[in-house]
Amino acid sequence: MSLNNSPIKNDMPCQDPKVRAKNFEEVALGYTVEQALDEANRCLGCKKEPCRQGCPVQVPIPQFIAKIQESDFAGAIATIKEKNALPAVCGRVCPQEAQCEKYCVRAKKGDPVGIGRLERFVADLERSQGVNPVECAPPTGKKVAVVGSGPAGLTVAADCAQAGHDVTIFEALHVPGGVLMYGIPEFRLPKAIVQAEIENLKKIGVKVEVDAVIGAIDTVDELLENEGFDAVFIGTGAGLPYFLGIPGENLNGVYSANEFLTRTNLMKAYLFPEYDTPIKVGKKVAVLGGGNVAMDCARTALRLGAEEVHIVYRRSMEELPARVEEVHHAEEEGVIFDILTNPTEIIGNDQNWVTGMTCLKFELGEPDESGRRKPVAIEGSDFHMPMDTVVVAIGQGPNPLVPRTTKGLDTNRKGNIVASEETGATSKPSVYAGGDVVTGAATVIKAMGAGRVSATSICELLKK
Amino acid sequence: MYKILKKEVLSPTLKLFEIDAPKVAKKCQAGQFIILRIDEKGERIPLTIADFDRERGTITLIFAEVGKTTQQLGQMEAGDALLDFVGPLGRPSEIEKYGRVVCIGAGVGIAPVFPITRALKEAGNEVIGIAGARNEELLFWTDEFRAQCDEFHICTDDGSAGEKGFVSNILKKIIEEKGQVDYVIAIGPIPAMKVCAELTKPYGIKTFVSLNSIMVDGTGMCGACRVTVGDETKFACVDGPEFDGHLVDFNEQMRRAQIFKDEEQRALAAGSCGGGGCGCH
Ligand SMILES: Cc1cc2nc3c(=O)[nH]c(=O)nc-3n(C[C@H](O)[C@H](O)[C@H](O)COP(=O)(O)OP(=O)(O)OC[C@H]3O[C@@H](n4cnc5c(N)ncnc54)[C@H](O)[C@@H]3O)c2cc1C
Ligand SMILES: Cc1cc2nc3c(=O)[nH]c(=O)nc-3n(C[C@H](O)[C@H](O)[C@H](O)COP(=O)(O)OP(=O)(O)OC[C@H]3O[C@@H](n4cnc5c(N)ncnc54)[C@H](O)[C@@H]3O)c2cc1C
Ligand code: SF4
Ligand code: FES
Repeated sequence: MSLNNSPIKNDMPCQDPKVRAKNFEEVALGYTVEQALDEANRCLGCKKEPCRQGCPVQVPIPQFIAKIQESDFAGAIATIKEKNALPAVCGRVCPQEAQCEKYCVRAKKGDPVGIGRLERFVADLERSQGVNPVECAPPTGKKVAVVGSGPAGLTVAADCAQAGHDVTIFEALHVPGGVLMYGIPEFRLPKAIVQAEIENLKKIGVKVEVDAVIGAIDTVDELLENEGFDAVFIGTGAGLPYFLGIPGENLNGVYSANEFLTRTNLMKAYLFPEYDTPIKVGKKVAVLGGGNVAMDCARTALRLGAEEVHIVYRRSMEELPARVEEVHHAEEEGVIFDILTNPTEIIGNDQNWVTGMTCLKFELGEPDESGRRKPVAIEGSDFHMPMDTVVVAIGQGPNPLVPRTTKGLDTNRKGNIVASEETGATSKPSVYAGGDVVTGAATVIKAMGAGRVSATSICELLKK
Repeated sequence: MYKILKKEVLSPTLKLFEIDAPKVAKKCQAGQFIILRIDEKGERIPLTIADFDRERGTITLIFAEVGKTTQQLGQMEAGDALLDFVGPLGRPSEIEKYGRVVCIGAGVGIAPVFPITRALKEAGNEVIGIAGARNEELLFWTDEFRAQCDEFHICTDDGSAGEKGFVSNILKKIIEEKGQVDYVIAIGPIPAMKVCAELTKPYGIKTFVSLNSIMVDGTGMCGACRVTVGDETKFACVDGPEFDGHLVDFNEQMRRAQIFKDEEQRALAAGSCGGGGCGCH
């Protein structure tokens, strides 16, 4: 190998912004073999592995990149999979700039190594060649129930099945995958990738029961007492949409981000009337919020035919919590950023339809408890923004269904399940929890990390 | 897949299905609903559990054909199967011994009020039933309903069966004649529920209604089913579908039901000339 001294990361080939803003196909197309080798050759193979320390699940990053340098792509993916069961997903959606790439030595002078892009490259290559099912330990005769099929639940299922346990996933919706299926849009994470991962789980014997709302059909207690499960993992996510609590939020034309994305992604409303579920998007759309969810809604609205899409966010561009790449893609596609702005009221006509919002302008004041500078309203700055559609993307909380129906399961003030960070154990014996339902809305990789912790504890428990 | 074990045609646009769904049948209670999807391209639609048989593991649904999905459903026959069937969803009715209760079913609302009436009777209440519809053809289950009641009334808008008039006229008469009514449950079209709730309010009679908000997931995840109750926003699928009729903002519910009106028309049009559920093919 010869070191590539370029300070610039190999560009990710992408669909043209003008074209892609009108279709639902994937935006980023992935590296070619040549680009992957060129990018891998930028890695210095640092002994101290700073990148790895920045990874929430400690993927052996220098090691997998070294394999790419040797053109040992199978070795590279195997190295990643020691720590990360869903590399094709993480390569696409992890906030690398705040994790591994943030600590990359090359970032001191120029761009960091494109770790996420390389991860995606080897995962896609492997999928295109057909994945060999992993080896599983002989059956132990122990039964594990996994409630919720997001990244946390999928990780627990994979690890427990590999350890030889009999695993059943219970999913409330009609498709497994959690946010990866109903939330993150097709143009950012093709659904076929998620379903391929789930098929791999089925191949190693994991049973998936969809349309199964735990708490309604069976409670956690019933799974343990009547259905013969030896342990239960709860990974039900943060699916409860928050609203602002301002006047006009129940007007026609106001959606929660969850409704907007679920109709589009899960129910395929973008293919209406071929698919039966409708969605209605006006000419002018405002998306309230600044995270990944907000970017996904804004870019979805464009693709559904909106003429003008605004992100309305009360802090500044620097504070946008979304992945940098998503903000960049949204800007390229023509999304307008109205920063330091927040609505105080949504206005409607006599037919109950949205016609606009009253907004206030903000300026940045002293840092708040999150360390970010607190937005302060500018007095007398209120103005009218005409709008046809408003999407509220200000965050989600945990769904109360499982805690409400499970005796002895402690939750905190916000309704999150209380679980140990080290073990995933809850206040209830044999019941573990992890992912967004414990931490509040976070990231795919953190949910997977929590899943692995719980799976390890469950396997320990079932040895006894 | 969830098999349709039995189909009954109650009227040309009103059908009854018995579905093989043992897990739901084991758990469900009066007042709850299910969400179904016919096929891969289908919409998720909510329907109330009109009856259940825990031993046979069946759920009975009664639905009116009002649009694309319900028409397509109406074309299905015993032996066919539904792709998805989720439940039991929503909070069960609050069944207590209230004393004298009036159970009102208007139109398709007769179906959901039936199991609630039965449960209220079993709880030891004196039960007065009212079944109403536009005309005789749209009435169903009157004998079954009557069998759960101590006193029973029928009315139709055109007088083709029972008394001529609305369910609220009969409710008014009952309240005036009996002097004391302790609880009212009214299920049917929004205007009917609204009038019943307005009627009982001056008397301070506890009155519950069941809302048919537009839904997607039915588990509290999307907020499509928002309803203003008092000064709070509630989700009909998890906080309801039954709410205190004196607090519900019925006008908002009426307007929210119109959100996808244009799209519903388009779906129907696309369905009837594209080999959909219209039966013209
Ligand atoms: C639009 C959007 C975009 C995002 N973009 C990114 C991104 O780019 N990068 C990133 O890292 N993170 C992103 N996130 C966050 C990330 O998706 C979540 O942190 C992650 O999915 C949490 O995983 P989880 O397994 O805890 O739960 P979830 O993925 O939420 O899955 C929970 C599952 O449990 C099911 N469930 C709930 N209740 C029950 C019940 N009672 N019975 C049975 N099943 C139940 C739900 O239906 C769901 O399928 C995004 C989130 C959203 C909404
Ligand atoms: C909790 C609940 C229980 C219900 N129980 C019954 C029942 O027992 N029998 C019965 O006949 N109907 C019932 N409904 C109404 C039934 O769900 C709708 O009639 C059905 O969804 C219409 O679908 P469609 O495609 O045939 O008609 P569309 O053309 O889509 O719509 C016709 C009407 O149905 C309403 N509607 C449309 N989509 C939905 C949706 N996803 N959820 C709710 N309403 C919608 C619209 O407001 C519209 O006015 C219930 C609704 C709810 C919320
Ligand atoms: S820090 Fe950067 S250069 Fe060093 S090993 Fe990690 S990816 Fe390679
Ligand atoms: S139907 Fe989605 S929250 Fe009620």
